[in-house]
Amino acid sequence: MAETKTYREALREGMVHEMDQDESVVLMGEDIGVYGGTHLITDGLIDEYGPKRVIDTPISEGGFTGAAIGMAMLGMKPVVEMMTWNFSFLASDQIIQNAAKVRYFSGGQVEVPLVIRGPNGGGVQLSAQHTHSLENLYGHFPGLKVVSPVTPNDVKGMMITAIRDPNPVIFLEAGALYGTKGEVEEGDNAVEFGKARVAREGSDVTLIAYGRQVNLCLRAANTLEEEDGVQAEVIDLRSIRPFDEDTLVRSVEKTHRAVTVQEQWRWFGVASEVAAIIQEKAFDSLDAPVQRVSGAEVPAPYARNLELEAFPSEKQVTNAARRALYIEEK
Amino acid sequence: MSAEKEHSEHGGAVATSSERLVDLYKKMVEIRAFEEACQKGFRQGKIGGYLHVYIGQEAVATGFIDSFKEGDKVITAYRDHAHALLLGTDPKEVMAELYGKGTGMVKGKGGSMHLFDVERGLMGGYGIVGGHIPLGVGFAYAMRYQGTDHITQLYLGDGAISNGAFHEAANLAGLWGKDGMCPCLFIIENNQYGMGTSVERTTAMTDLAAKFDAYGIENEKVDGMDIEAVLESAGRLTEQVRETGKPYAIEVLTYRTAPHGAADFFEKYREKEEIEEWRKRDPIGLLEQKLLDNDAADEEKIDEIRSEAKELIAEAVKFADESEEPEIDELYTDVYAGADEYTGEE
Repeated sequence: MAETKTYREALREGMVHEMDQDESVVLMGEDIGVYGGTHLITDGLIDEYGPKRVIDTPISEGGFTGAAIGMAMLGMKPVVEMMTWNFSFLASDQIIQNAAKVRYFSGGQVEVPLVIRGPNGGGVQLSAQHTHSLENLYGHFPGLKVVSPVTPNDVKGMMITAIRDPNPVIFLEAGALYGTKGEVEEGDNAVEFGKARVAREGSDVTLIAYGRQVNLCLRAANTLEEEDGVQAEVIDLRSIRPFDEDTLVRSVEKTHRAVTVQEQWRWFGVASEVAAIIQEKAFDSLDAPVQRVSGAEVPAPYARNLELEAFPSEKQVTNAARRALYIEEK
Repeated sequence: MSAEKEHSEHGGAVATSSERLVDLYKKMVEIRAFEEACQKGFRQGKIGGYLHVYIGQEAVATGFIDSFKEGDKVITAYRDHAHALLLGTDPKEVMAELYGKGTGMVKGKGGSMHLFDVERGLMGGYGIVGGHIPLGVGFAYAMRYQGTDHITQLYLGDGAISNGAFHEAANLAGLWGKDGMCPCLFIIENNQYGMGTSVERTTAMTDLAAKFDAYGIENEKVDGMDIEAVLESAGRLTEQVRETGKPYAIEVLTYRTAPHGAADFFEKYREKEEIEEWRKRDPIGLLEQKLLDNDAADEEKIDEIRSEAKELIAEAVKFADESEEPEIDELYTDVYAGADEYTGEE
């Protein structure tokens, strides 16, 4: 059974599904309770579960993230909301120095079953300090898991998996897509981490993305079909760490060409890692250099036209695919 | 630690039984001997990385851990050897960890700064000043949420007081304590120096206990060189925190008569006279004098305790020295829970 739901509803459903099964699951964050959540993900939950399970916190990211790590070390399963991931820099010492490593430097004596979730990426004119895509930053650190679901079904299923995971999970939501709709499976639809999703099958070129850039790639794929008769395959990585190399390599072995798309800056980004993996694992299959499409190397601007220019566009993706196919750019 | 505690009706500092004081003296002497062996091991190149010893501060953890009850949690920063020894970890395993051996208490993965013995309640030593404080507050919430009456003993140094993590965590503790959800005893080990910078040179308001007023957390101070004074505070405050579920802060005035780290030349930032003055109030020396004055122990007994401690620590050093380094396969274990085959290749 599946029903059409928004990304927001599906995300909330994933959390509620686990809260109902496991009393050790608690929610924490700024304005998530009485206020209902800045993005209304947790609206009404404090009435249902009470203030000890839906914990309103002060604006104190380092403090409450650290406290959540402590709770997790004693067997609770906190789901911490970063109102936006931009605020996580204030908690990065806790995330990187404690959550990611305490299992290792305790010689395996503790687990940290913690989820930190919130909207990631830009696209709604929030300008420089409120616009970041942090998957490469957090993906860098062993000990963390990092996921970035884009469909309503995946956001629910991956939230269920994240809460059940005995490790700290960085859960990067497509903040600009909270209102988008899709089919969502009823009940327990846990989605395994480390498995990419083929979002569109094709034979001529592989477009690789995650988060809301997957939707951009799907639009680009349609344009390529209409204008150039090209069949593009679109891969939604979903999970940055662990990473699914196999799906990626299989696709490139089939298409021989790859374009990797990210909203974040080009330098040291996930797209670079993807390009490196392809050249290591599928070098002989490649018929063209791997193309990267990334955000402009500037802090995010405010004005709408500048912001649009700063993020990957459909045109950039289609032209990158045409370069890989050695056909004329448009 | 079977000796009965003796509290006066008014809860003030009280005479403690001779037997118990001798027992505590023994623990403090063992810690001192352990730390001196560490300094030696560091100079010999057997101990790597950073090494922070507890010399001069022994009465603090000894006094508070005396009031530790099974299920309680202890968390501290990187000056953590004494806490492990007092909670009952075998000195052999502690020393082996410092020697980077597979028989160490965290399998050679943490070293001096990251001692853990979760079974015994030691939730870790942490290396980033202030960074562990929010964790301890989270433990306290969790223990109440889970319906137990356990408490956190959260140790922090004077150096952590100016760190944001401290202020954020203290604020949360005060807030959660209003609902009885934060049984956390903050134990500020004020040894007067954050590395080489004195408290006076790091904050204009040097009453560290009073910093907690800002967060609605009751607080007081105690002389950390006087084990009996520490014992009194520890017994009373751990029970109060357990009873109320509210945090409490105690500033323990102490002094590190050793350098910050084993590679630190501390004469550069302290007056000789100051060190001499504090050495006169060495917690082990003070207790020893008390034992002799009260005929709780004679010279012979003191010598016996000292030589037994030396022997115990010599055995620990021998064990550490002779133990094997960790298996090379241990490199990739304990990165992720529930992942037996993690190899670093995603």
